[in-house]
Amino acid sequence: MIHGFAESKSFISEGHIPSGCAIGALLNRAGVRMPGTLVVDMMASMRERSTDLGAGYAGYGIYPHLKDFYAFHLMYSGAAAQVETEKLIRSKLNVEREEVIPVKRIASIKDAPLLRRYFVRPNAIAMAERRLDDEDEFVRQIVMHINSDINGAFVFSSGKNMGVFKGVGFPEDIAEFFRLNEYEAYCWIAHGRFPTNTPGWWGGAHPFSMLNWSIVHNGEISSYGINKRYLETFGYRCTLMTDTEVMAYMVDLLVRVHGLPAYLACKVMAPPFWAEIDRMEGEEKENYEKLRMVYGSALVNGPFGIVCGFGRGMFGLNDRIKLRPMIAAEKDDMVYIASEESAIRSICREPGRVWNPKGGEPVIAELYEGVAV
Amino acid sequence: MKLHETAPEFRVKIDRDLCTRCKRCTMQCGFSTLSYDAENDRIVADNHKCVACHRCMVYCPNEAITIERNTHAYQDSGAWPVYLRERVYKQAATGGVLLTGMGNAMPYETIFDHLVLDACQVTNPSIDPLREPMELRTYMGSKPDALEFDKTDSGYKLKTYVAPQIRLETPIVFAPMSLGAVSLPVQKSLAMAAEMSGIYMNTGEGGLHKELYPYARNIVVQVASGRFGVFDKYLKAAIGIEIKIGQGAKPGIGGHLPGEKVDDQVAATRMIPPGTDALSPAPHHDIYSIEDLRQLIFALKEAVEYSKPISVKIAAVHNVAAIASGIARAGADIIYIDGFRGSTGAAPTIIRDHVGIPIEVAIAVVDERLRQEGLRNRVSLIAAGSIRSSADLAKAIALGADACAIGTAALVALGCRVCMKCYTGNCSWGITSQRPELSRRIDPREGSVRLANLIRGWSHELKEILGALGVNSVESLRGSRERLRGVGLDKETLNVIGVKPAGVGY
Repeated sequence: MIHGFAESKSFISEGHIPSGCAIGALLNRAGVRMPGTLVVDMMASMRERSTDLGAGYAGYGIYPHLKDFYAFHLMYSGAAAQVETEKLIRSKLNVEREEVIPVKRIASIKDAPLLRRYFVRPNAIAMAERRLDDEDEFVRQIVMHINSDINGAFVFSSGKNMGVFKGVGFPEDIAEFFRLNEYEAYCWIAHGRFPTNTPGWWGGAHPFSMLNWSIVHNGEISSYGINKRYLETFGYRCTLMTDTEVMAYMVDLLVRVHGLPAYLACKVMAPPFWAEIDRMEGEEKENYEKLRMVYGSALVNGPFGIVCGFGRGMFGLNDRIKLRPMIAAEKDDMVYIASEESAIRSICREPGRVWNPKGGEPVIAELYEGVAV
Repeated sequence: MKLHETAPEFRVKIDRDLCTRCKRCTMQCGFSTLSYDAENDRIVADNHKCVACHRCMVYCPNEAITIERNTHAYQDSGAWPVYLRERVYKQAATGGVLLTGMGNAMPYETIFDHLVLDACQVTNPSIDPLREPMELRTYMGSKPDALEFDKTDSGYKLKTYVAPQIRLETPIVFAPMSLGAVSLPVQKSLAMAAEMSGIYMNTGEGGLHKELYPYARNIVVQVASGRFGVFDKYLKAAIGIEIKIGQGAKPGIGGHLPGEKVDDQVAATRMIPPGTDALSPAPHHDIYSIEDLRQLIFALKEAVEYSKPISVKIAAVHNVAAIASGIARAGADIIYIDGFRGSTGAAPTIIRDHVGIPIEVAIAVVDERLRQEGLRNRVSLIAAGSIRSSADLAKAIALGADACAIGTAALVALGCRVCMKCYTGNCSWGITSQRPELSRRIDPREGSVRLANLIRGWSHELKEILGALGVNSVESLRGSRERLRGVGLDKETLNVIGVKPAGVGY
């Protein structure tokens, strides 16, 4: 039962799951693709921070030949859920290719759900029926619909030219299971999980992902209650009861829906204190004052360190009083973010610069301008 | 012929050994309960007049006075409590409506007392407010759902218009109490304390006395059904304007300030002749629908050129959620909801004690309804009606309020003993009396410090609560019902207020 995705009664977990964790991430700003083994080495050095209760990876640039299709990664608890989901997918989306996600059977990974992937495009008629002209929004609605309404089915990855691989196990085991050494990405984001009160389950592992966004998270959101209610007013349904889900939807709302620049979205989630704002001047002061007034319910309070991948890069962010660790480093075209410096040095012995970002001060790393991926 | 319908409620006991006949008590009592009997050289009490306000007791230099409940026996009856029998005697004698002051005195269950707060242990850390910043600043007013920025060379340029806001340094305001209901020194104390605390006081519907104009940046003025004291300068001076539709102590009922209380000062401020009764109709005579309210809201916005938020105050009644949603759509920036335990200067007892619903329920259903309709950002919510402590404040905020208003607590800080005789104009503490020899008992310098102390104390306590909850800003508590649990509340009530029972985790 502990590992039990297959055995659990419902796909949806019964309660809100706080957790502590290990985070590792790297980006090649020139867009050079690197095998998954690098980030796995980072995670291996932080084994103490993880458990066998959940781990996962997001890789950007892994499907270069199918990069114009939304890559849906699905978990099914059984055949019935699969039939129901595929019927929905086929009615709303044009499927270019579908396949079993290749895995390696290993002893330490038990009770894996059925894993499938579909490369899809929105069906024009289905979109017109919903009176939508934004493909991303259409796809988001389908993902939300499957995740909240189809018992036993879960879309855990839905972006383009990217994919999430996650499950119940130690980070190294999950990587081996999903054969991560066979994928190459210019950006890897990884997570090892230390859940504090509820056993891990496959859908609850990180990264949590929606469209091109993926997010890994170390922390427990003390403002979970209001963040969730705030998101609900914008039509999000928080079904997984994890803090990370709230984080992911918040980023989606602020950046994709409201169109805030990533930097300001970070400043909404971890805003400057009023005392700091009072010392600002002119436009800056007005901006922060209004951001806090309008987005008070989006302030993410309590300890967190997150890394968020967004397609052309990633950003790392700590809560505003830095209650969780996060270190960043640079070397040539590479940018690293991790819970521990040792994880970075395990794959980059002599980084050019290593720094400890201040609470609330985002580290935003993007591909160089003009780099095509 | 019987002298009195009922026996006195209280007995003033004077210890003849301790009493030095200084007669101070005879001057202190606003109700003329005590007098000096020169023939027998002693202080005598007319117990029928005593309201148990403690003024004589507190000011007796020899501690010679005690006030006791007069425990006269009645035949027991579960169906006929003594107070109901005594009301019948009074009404049989007078044929009148029985009046009272202050808030609902019936022993309804207080939901606040069945709610408990959360705290952090291990998995997320609590925060020490003595070492870390802890933020209570709150902005009252209508906010857009989203902000848009343009990227510029120097940073970002805000493109979205944000309506005017009132900044509060702590999520507390003083409830509306008019000049007439309370004395000018009380209003001055409130205004000065509001300025000291970075919050606002509210004129109630009695106009703004000229001596209060210097404090107008911390004052919200009311426009109520009597339109007393409303003119151009009044609207323009304040930081916000409130349309008063109703009051928790007497939903659906108008106001009546008797001519006896309308002295020159009250008359000038209300803009009525001295000595005339000041009658506030039950409804506004130009508001018979939600669209009429919208017209008044925008008439006021036009009058002040959209420079300040417009608040609408309503009593918590059964359909409060739908009403509040209508008010939000009508263009209000702030909705003030007054629960059925809210106080009054004067109301029919029967209305005060039996009409309306508790603020805990009202604020919860309004917050939820506004969220469902996507209107929550568009208005700020004030919860009022017996916010008795910083715990009530924290719980009301967790249920969905942006800020709370305090009326009774503020008056208690000034000495009020909640004797419920505000309507008589005899308040021995000088709070609700216009008699100069009584009202001068409130010294605004001292009163304002006491009020500011109360606000500071509650704010510190709220910070302690937030710290225990592991959040460092009050907006992370606002609407976060996940941090509340119910103890001894029935399932339906828990459902209505959106709170889980104690013992259930996240």
